[in-house]
Amino acid sequence: MTITESTQSEYYTLGAPIADEKAPAGPINERWDTRRFEAKLVNPANRRKMSIIMVGTGLAGASAAATLGEAGYHVKTFCYQDSPRRAHSIAAQGGINAAKNYRNDGDSIERLFFDTVKGGDYRARESNVYRLSQVSVEIIDQCVAQGVPFAREYGGLLDNRSFGGVQVSRTFYARGQTGQQLLLGAYQAMERQIDAGTVEMFSRHEMLDLIVIDGRARGIVARDLVTGEIQTHMADAVVLASGGYGNVFFLSTNAMGSNVTATWKAHRKGAYFGNPCYTQIHPTCIPVSGANQSKLTLMSESLRNDGRIWVPKKAGDERRPQDIPEDERDYYLERRYPAFGNLVPRDVASRAAKAVCDEGRGVGPKVDGVARGVYLDFADAIARLGRDAVEAKYGNLFDMYEQITGENPYEMPMRIYPAVHYTMGGLWVDYDLQSTIPGLFVTGEANFSDHGANRLGASALMQGLADGYFVLPPTLAHYLADNSLDPVDENHPEARATKDAVVEQIDTLLSIDGERTVDSFHRELGEIMWEYCGMERTAEGLTKAIGQIRALREEFWRNVKVPGTNNEFNQSLERAGRVADFLELGELMCIDALHREESCGGHFRAEYQTEDGEALRDDENFAYVAAWEYTGAGAKPVLHKEDLEYEYVEMKQRSYK
Amino acid sequence: MAVTGVILVLFLIAHMYGNLKIFSGQQAFDDYSAYLRNLGEPLLPYSGALWLMRVVLLASILLHIYAAVTLWHRARAVTGGRGAARYVSTKARRGHQRSYASFTLRWGGVVIGLFVIYHVLHLTTNTIAPGGASASPYERMINGFQLWPVVLSYTVALIALAFHLRHGLWAAFASLGWNRSPRVRRNLNVMATVVTVVIIAGFLIPPFAILFGVVQ
Amino acid sequence: MNITLRVWRQRDAADKGRMVTYHVEGISPDMSFLEVLDMLNERLTMEGEDPIAFDSDCREGICGACGLVINGLAHGPKQMVTTCQLHMRSFNDGDVIDVEPFRAEPFTVIRDLVVDRSSFDRIIQAGGYISVNTGAAPDAHAIPVPREDAQDAFDAAACISCGACVAACPNGSASLFLGAKIAHLGKLPQGQPERHSRALRMTAQHDHEGFGGCTQIGECEAVCPKGIPLSVISQTNADVLGALAHGGK
Repeated sequence: MTITESTQSEYYTLGAPIADEKAPAGPINERWDTRRFEAKLVNPANRRKMSIIMVGTGLAGASAAATLGEAGYHVKTFCYQDSPRRAHSIAAQGGINAAKNYRNDGDSIERLFFDTVKGGDYRARESNVYRLSQVSVEIIDQCVAQGVPFAREYGGLLDNRSFGGVQVSRTFYARGQTGQQLLLGAYQAMERQIDAGTVEMFSRHEMLDLIVIDGRARGIVARDLVTGEIQTHMADAVVLASGGYGNVFFLSTNAMGSNVTATWKAHRKGAYFGNPCYTQIHPTCIPVSGANQSKLTLMSESLRNDGRIWVPKKAGDERRPQDIPEDERDYYLERRYPAFGNLVPRDVASRAAKAVCDEGRGVGPKVDGVARGVYLDFADAIARLGRDAVEAKYGNLFDMYEQITGENPYEMPMRIYPAVHYTMGGLWVDYDLQSTIPGLFVTGEANFSDHGANRLGASALMQGLADGYFVLPPTLAHYLADNSLDPVDENHPEARATKDAVVEQIDTLLSIDGERTVDSFHRELGEIMWEYCGMERTAEGLTKAIGQIRALREEFWRNVKVPGTNNEFNQSLERAGRVADFLELGELMCIDALHREESCGGHFRAEYQTEDGEALRDDENFAYVAAWEYTGAGAKPVLHKEDLEYEYVEMKQRSYK
Repeated sequence: MAVTGVILVLFLIAHMYGNLKIFSGQQAFDDYSAYLRNLGEPLLPYSGALWLMRVVLLASILLHIYAAVTLWHRARAVTGGRGAARYVSTKARRGHQRSYASFTLRWGGVVIGLFVIYHVLHLTTNTIAPGGASASPYERMINGFQLWPVVLSYTVALIALAFHLRHGLWAAFASLGWNRSPRVRRNLNVMATVVTVVIIAGFLIPPFAILFGVVQ
Repeated sequence: MNITLRVWRQRDAADKGRMVTYHVEGISPDMSFLEVLDMLNERLTMEGEDPIAFDSDCREGICGACGLVINGLAHGPKQMVTTCQLHMRSFNDGDVIDVEPFRAEPFTVIRDLVVDRSSFDRIIQAGGYISVNTGAAPDAHAIPVPREDAQDAFDAAACISCGACVAACPNGSASLFLGAKIAHLGKLPQGQPERHSRALRMTAQHDHEGFGGCTQIGECEAVCPKGIPLSVISQTNADVLGALAHGGK
């Protein structure tokens, strides 16, 4: 029996293959046009009678809510934050890609498509990625028209920069706050529709379950976070734009409230979860400083353009960095990857940092007995370019670093360490962004599509807005036009049953009254995930993690302490529900990582690497999307494989030597 | 607020100019006073121009007060009647940067209002006549400002006015939409200080000159 | 470090509220201020007390969710940072630190340090946008924007809607928040067609929400974590005056 077979029998079962049936056949550059042409339309007069629920107000959610509102649909939008403008898209720093070729540097839709598929390590669906590249061009036009203040050149035209190791300059940006400005554009467009009466906003509301009637998504159960009221909202279709699940690691660059609840509850109701193990670890974050750390802060990747990464050659060297002579420093990236040096891709840089810290050569304060940090040194850049030039380029990042660490990076090298940043996995969707539950659509980071096993820099914003502004509106309209839906209200037995189940879970959480706080469980889960399902995974570690997560989940439901009641503003209760879902998701991530016996993109299995320590894909056996079906609490999930076929891009082994 | 404030400041400058005529002697000062009443004759009746000015000034003052009360009322409503003192903590009563002038804008305005009434009763109607009444404006001034309590009361009022003008002038122009760049902002603040100093100095010189006997 | 916290506790909008004193020990200077509250909350939870409610989300100074008045200053003693970016090294061992919510009538206290800032969304609804439907945009390069204007627009657009300006204003005015959006859109050619109506409608909504008027004190600018300049308020007033000169259109 091979390892795969034993894993299969113990942790999951294999189901029927799955396929995307929505992408039209024919040349790839005509598929989206064909799909839009074939899509049925809804008569403008009928639109206002049709209702859509939108969960999440980040780039993907707000842009879709605005666009659907403009079209005349009745949209109900939900976010857990106090204002839709606080969704975590706001924290994206770098930029947004678009194949505008304003630089005349050889960029094109084909090249963006190719770069994205390659960057995703050949684990993304070609049709989707091609469409993303096509639509990218329109996004920039839309955002500029909304008044997004992109960086401009002296001639008044838009500036571009290169990002994430690609060879063209196609990234549009607004200083280091591109996500904020794009989100405000979408938010303002949505607020305009709220004023127009087409969009109804429910802030400080959290979706706690999906209502499925006759096999179709027809509503949600949500909790008003201020009063604790459990509400039922019905609609003709439901869209989840609720973001990623990086917070399963407790420490990540995600916002404190980012969670998997909306997508996980939908998964429990029948939506398949695609590639949950694909997580992106960002190499340049500020290291953990102590046991009470609540989140990690990203420093822009652009720092690697001029900073040199090193650690002492000797383990346990506690001298100050400026006292360590040049010949006792190990510039390990430059040494191992002479061609790319400090600019190797995110996953490679991250793993290398972990490796040197595991050897005891990490720098900075020790947390749990290990120093986890490497130097990012600008001394050479300052000597070469002058302090003023370095300040002009990175001044705001240096200030941010000093604010957090209290150290001056002009005098001391920065300390950095990888952190969880983005999750490529998410609910499985077809070309129409529809999940395996009819009427349930999933957009942005919440779905699994487009990025494969690894996301390129400046592509998350592109995907969120592509889905929301341009892809979802026509495909959702087609669904509404193509299906005659019976009216349902909140008294439907399914709606009632769903609501009752939500109330029951809340009652259970409040009644356990155990001896550990929600955060202590979350922190422990994060440690397990980071250790065994983080940058480097092994069969042994993952197996161990699954056991530990199960035990932790069991303890959670026996020993968690959630103070207060439901009928009040209760942040502990909010967190408890989210952690309960992370405890289930974490197990599925480990199973997915265990079953995928290859390394690809953000998924690195130590057993599968080249002689040089690079990710070794197994295209023959694993060129598929793993779509997981939920079968019950603690029961083995069913794996459905969607084979990936590459007609336009040739699959190659990445090399950055 | 801003427009009426600017009208009142323009009046102050003219008024200050008139006061300084005290140094030209009784004849010149009283003639100037009479001239203000003859202005515009025969097109306008005697004192016609002066009354026109008085109406404009009175309207400005009333509108200025009305606007101030409205702002004050709104501020009270939004801060529970406590303004900046709505926090329990007393560790930063003056915030990061609040100036004394901005603090005293409202109560300083009340002090100035009360003073104006006293001032009109004293030197315009001469209802109050410290040091003796007179038909000659020049003598009214000399009689009053020979007494140190009178000079003191005017000095206190002018200090209140100084603070009011310093913040008020800047705020007026900023509110009228002029503060559009750091450079303009700096200039507006310099202007506010200069105008304040000139006005206050211009008003304080005659009383002190009288008190110390330079003008008799 | 050992710190004494005096924290505003208030069950809900109807409760009167009071300051409650807590001693927190074993604080590292590298901890953020909110992490100290997290630590205290863990302890309160285990002691059977209600943890302190406070808003925070991104914890990197950009979402605008967090906002406390610390020692009488919105976002605390350091300027140009949000509450979540304030670290304990800004305090001394043994300090007594007062923690209160952003106070203003429209910012109803929901619980403890959490306030309702939905009025800000309603001000944006009243015109804080450029009316362009998805798909109706011309090519992004169709309208060049002078670099300076784009930068000025960005400076104003950097507002994170935290509400510190209101919290610090002796008049309880939200003019800086209002002006930031008016200046952002008003600086760009795309924003010109609606410039006057936007200024009038948004200002009317600002007043309608119950915020106070501006007397140019400048404390808003001093507490603003994003350094939104006071000049945006002059921009608002100029646009309102311009609108009135055009017959209120």
